Amino acid sequence: MNKITNNKAWFLVLPVFFIVAISAIIPLMTVVNYSVQDIFDPQTRFFVGTEWFEQVLADRRLHDALVRQIVFTLSVLFIEIPLGIAVALTLPRKGWGVSASMVLLALPLLIPWNVVGTIWQIFGRADIGLGGYVINLMGIDYNYSQNPMDAWVTVLVMDVWHWTSLIVLLCYAGLRSIPDAYYQAAKIDGASRWAIFRFIQLPKMQSVLVIGVLLRFMDSFMIYTEPFVLTGGGPGTATTFLSQFLVTIAVGQFDLGPAAAFSLIYFLIILLVCWVFYTVVMNAGKREEQ
Amino acid sequence: MTWMAWTPVTAAFFSCIILTLIGMGIWQSVSPTVPRRGFLPLETTRGDRLFISLLGAAYIHLGWLAFTDAALWIGSIIALVWLLVVMRWG
Repeated sequence: MNKITNNKAWFLVLPVFFIVAISAIIPLMTVVNYSVQDIFDPQTRFFVGTEWFEQVLADRRLHDALVRQIVFTLSVLFIEIPLGIAVALTLPRKGWGVSASMVLLALPLLIPWNVVGTIWQIFGRADIGLGGYVINLMGIDYNYSQNPMDAWVTVLVMDVWHWTSLIVLLCYAGLRSIPDAYYQAAKIDGASRWAIFRFIQLPKMQSVLVIGVLLRFMDSFMIYTEPFVLTGGGPGTATTFLSQFLVTIAVGQFDLGPAAAFSLIYFLIILLVCWVFYTVVMNAGKREEQ
Repeated sequence: MTWMAWTPVTAAFFSCIILTLIGMGIWQSVSPTVPRRGFLPLETTRGDRLFISLLGAAYIHLGWLAFTDAALWIGSIIALVWLLVVMRWG
């Protein structure tokens, strides 16, 4: 096979390289620099080695926030992914229903995150909010600002409401790309509804699901605005997730060194999980092709 | 560059990373990598193995800081050995 190589094309990549350098690589390098120093102001800073890393790694509040974060992210994925697939399978395939459901599904995605937090903060209130008021009318003692469990459920439901649409839209796009011939072949073979889903629809949705799961993982692992507006991390620290804990250190206490060390650990966790997930799924895809 | 708050240690660290990347780029253009299977449970190219070994080295350092009070250079040596093992037999 004669492969034509034209290295001039690399010049076209240069602008992207510069944008990424300015927006990601240089800030990341700065964070690394901050993580090994005690910084009072730009002129007054002292090298402290790995002290901040040791301090952050031994911090009980960080361990608690990490556990909460993992539980939250796993719950989000376990609810949103199956629900998103289920909704996508029930959507109409032609007619006016397609555009109507697309618009309805896209609505939560268009709302700014802090507004979503505010909507649910008011909606969940027992005195003036429709949701909170109705739940209390049913005899359930619900108050997300006092009961940690209620706060958790509210944050979870809010996230499901906000982001399931994304999974639905991605899966729907994947489903639409399946040619009718596949379904006709399945019909001739007398395949069951489950077999069609398992052997035609699910494999065809795989690549969009990978993107969907990765996006939802990263987003929910870095969630900040919505719980901050809704519960402020409370009651107590019941809904304080990693990024909010980070902001408390960096902005609240202005401990830039520990915050930078913590950011790097946070970054490494996300990098590892995304890489493992991506590799596993892509290898599974390759095996299936073979 | 003052705003980036450079220190000699981090400057050396990033120089090593950049030099490694440049070196890997030159190595790739001289003799392109062939994906192969080593002791890692997946087929990897040279770049994959570098990524895995660097990520592993970062975790070895973090684990060292979290679980022992011994000197960090011992952890660094373990990380270096891990890096070489993955690059050679990974």
